[in-house]
Amino acid sequence: MNLDLRLDTSGDFYARKFQPTKREDTLILNMGPQHPSTHGVLRIILEIDGEYILRAEPVLGYIHRMHEKMAEVMSYPQYLPNPARTDYLHGLAWNWAHVAAVERLMGLEVPERAEYIRVITCELNRITSHLLWWGAYLLDLGAFTPIMYAFDDRERIQDILQRITGSRLTYCYYRFGGVSNDIDDRFIEETRKQCSRMKPRFKMFKDLVTDNFILRKRVEEIGEIPADTCRKYGATGPVLRGSGVPYDVRRAEPYSVYDRFDFNIPSYDTCDAMGRYLVRMDEMQESIKIIEQALDTLPEGDYIMPKAPKKPKPPAGDVYFALEGARGKIGFHLVSDGDKSPYRLKLRAPGFSNLSLFSEVSEGVLIADAVSILGSLDLVIP
Amino acid sequence: MIVKSLRETMLGMWSLLVGMKVTAVNFKSTQITVHYPREVVHSLEGYRGHIELVPSDEDPYKPKCIACNNCVRICPSACISLTAIKPKKKAAEKTEAPDSADEVKTKGKKEAPAKKAKPELESFVCDYNYCCLCGLCVQSCPTGALRYSSNVYLAGFTRQEFVLDLLSRLQNQAQKKEQ
Amino acid sequence: MIEAIPTQFIIIFVGLLAVMAFVGLNAIVLVYLERKVAGFIHRRPGPYEVGPPCFPHGILQPFADGLKLVGKQLFTPRGADSILFWLAPMISIAPAIVCFIVIPFGPHLQIVNTNVGLVLILAFTGINVLALCLAGWASQNKYGLIGAARDISQGVAYEIPLLLVVLSVVFMTGTFNLFDIADGQGAWPWQWYIFYQPLAFIIFFICALAETNRNPFDLPEAESELTAGFHTEYSGMGFACFFLAEYAYMVVASCIIAILFLGGFQGPVLPGGWWFLAKVYVLLLIMIWIRWTFPRVRFDQLLNICWKWLIPLAVLNLLITLAVIAI
Repeated sequence: MNLDLRLDTSGDFYARKFQPTKREDTLILNMGPQHPSTHGVLRIILEIDGEYILRAEPVLGYIHRMHEKMAEVMSYPQYLPNPARTDYLHGLAWNWAHVAAVERLMGLEVPERAEYIRVITCELNRITSHLLWWGAYLLDLGAFTPIMYAFDDRERIQDILQRITGSRLTYCYYRFGGVSNDIDDRFIEETRKQCSRMKPRFKMFKDLVTDNFILRKRVEEIGEIPADTCRKYGATGPVLRGSGVPYDVRRAEPYSVYDRFDFNIPSYDTCDAMGRYLVRMDEMQESIKIIEQALDTLPEGDYIMPKAPKKPKPPAGDVYFALEGARGKIGFHLVSDGDKSPYRLKLRAPGFSNLSLFSEVSEGVLIADAVSILGSLDLVIP
Repeated sequence: MIVKSLRETMLGMWSLLVGMKVTAVNFKSTQITVHYPREVVHSLEGYRGHIELVPSDEDPYKPKCIACNNCVRICPSACISLTAIKPKKKAAEKTEAPDSADEVKTKGKKEAPAKKAKPELESFVCDYNYCCLCGLCVQSCPTGALRYSSNVYLAGFTRQEFVLDLLSRLQNQAQKKEQ
Repeated sequence: MIEAIPTQFIIIFVGLLAVMAFVGLNAIVLVYLERKVAGFIHRRPGPYEVGPPCFPHGILQPFADGLKLVGKQLFTPRGADSILFWLAPMISIAPAIVCFIVIPFGPHLQIVNTNVGLVLILAFTGINVLALCLAGWASQNKYGLIGAARDISQGVAYEIPLLLVVLSVVFMTGTFNLFDIADGQGAWPWQWYIFYQPLAFIIFFICALAETNRNPFDLPEAESELTAGFHTEYSGMGFACFFLAEYAYMVVASCIIAILFLGGFQGPVLPGGWWFLAKVYVLLLIMIWIRWTFPRVRFDQLLNICWKWLIPLAVLNLLITLAVIAI
């Protein structure tokens, strides 16, 4: 029996590249991509001393699907279903970023009602995304029940969204110049009902999880990411706000009609996993606030502009559009040469920047904490 | 210091009891899942299933489709293929799916003025394996000949079972309606 | 020839068979109970489909699970020490069965009544640590190795407060005989030792959770950190043995708690055996309930709880008990 487990690094390119250090008593551990807490799409090579991590190196690309290249060979409308697949949890935000980038390049004026519908659906989608993160994070920490409660609400919101958008996960709802389907009274009524249902649920989530002694010990003062580190790696979203920087694209450079709503940007300067956790829990409540305001002030009008281009051919030029997804800043840099498909499309996926933090933050922590940190970054590997 | 940590621990123990109360309350409350074979989900309104053909107003066996190939061209996954018979021409000239977009376009332009010569659909196949359910085909249809089905209970053992022949599906539906 | 075999031996042999049946039955009931309770807490039905209509509510599910596990290929990973690898599940399950021999299930329902029953149980449950260590070590898997290391430190650490609180009960009763301990308590709840030793009860319960590797102390198998810990490489009957052993140890722990603190088979009206079973199952249900409520603690926290809280408290409890007895 080969007891020298340390030598067992003969694996693939990444394992060989990850040279062991001079220390003799360390173990090189390959975590993922089949590891339960990397959710099947990430692989991390760890050098551990006992349970303490000395080095960590994420290996990316397990679900690289060449979305940028696909945009170059498809016409603009054909690319519509793609963005939602890059971040399958907050698909509508990506969908929105795509159509808004094209709209900005073409100078299309989106009807007000369509903007409101986009805000409502996107915020609903943000709640589902955070709910799933919440459940999955607690699964990482060893609690099985919360994900079921999260899914209860998530499914209800998905039912609401399904009636309007036609799908439950990978949405393709927004169109150039509006949305593909108008919302009706039943949607408004159901959304209101769901919003009022969510409020006591948050109380329950708080009782069951947020106040829980064991959980607090697992997330407080774990994985401290100073704001400087966040800036260095370009981390955005709840990770940045959990480090005390109240930066939110919805507030910093308001797009659409976000400047009309009254909502807070939650931020916690504890910099730890608890800060990121609380930011997300608060954000769900803020989203509900936005949805209720939007429903109250929903204007009448077209849901898509009357002469919306079916096959847009934007003029030559380039445009950058950024918006706030559930995981951070989503950026679409679109370069057009006036053809029916983009010349080049660059996607800024927040998960990538947020993940880059991991190897720095996870140095010297326990494996259990590394799982906690990884979960608190809320990764959807693009 | 000791008092503080004792207090913290006591509060912690209390929070654990509160957590157990939450699960106990949920244990007692009703179930929210749907027992699939005995119950089915009814809220399928608005659901985008695979596409199906809409029958024309006169004849439920005939689709509204005019074989304009718009859906074929827009489909991002290239999963729709249709063939049509041109009634004026002698044989069934096939307009194969997306072999060359320009050719199809010129053909379409030729057909447009000769309105009476409406090509008749010979087959309409949707390869559901590749479909990404974006709904672009339905939106691009000039005659509204496509709609979403709410057929969610699809299951099969081979890929071929998901290559859906929509024309025969339409005829089956019409038959069922008559019965 | 037959006369040469002492009757004691025959009793033990028959008793062991009965205990094996009891352990198997318990495992089946507990698997079903665990899944149903989890389902109800999650507001879903739990296992529901297995079995013909005459067995509603998926009551045959544990049998189907068992059948599946029995039918699986026995698989030894490359580079594993196959002798130790297959020895470990057996070492895990065997002592668990032996433990039941000395447990008084009822006033007249005990296989062997020995003066050192409590010591015997504590000694035999300690062997499980060795089994899990061997399993993790022999399976040539890094996650298994970490799981085994965790298990040893956890098992060793929690043995100490466990013994200390047992001692305080033993000082009260003056005997290691489980039957006498149970017999010494009255039929009514206020006569049980839980009212004389509430702190000991809580400490014992926490230690029992940790010793049986139940959530929130299921660190040796912590599936979100170590995939499956020490039994990562096991499938089929190897895994089933660990599984069976885990449930058997849960039952043993509940039995001891019931005997030491809840009056064992004592109870009003009903015959003793039923009271004992009811108490054991209430404790098991609480264990299951806890599992489906809490997150897992971290490893250093686990040891901190033990060394910084439980051991001092257990010593304190022991000293107070001694003082009260002395007075």
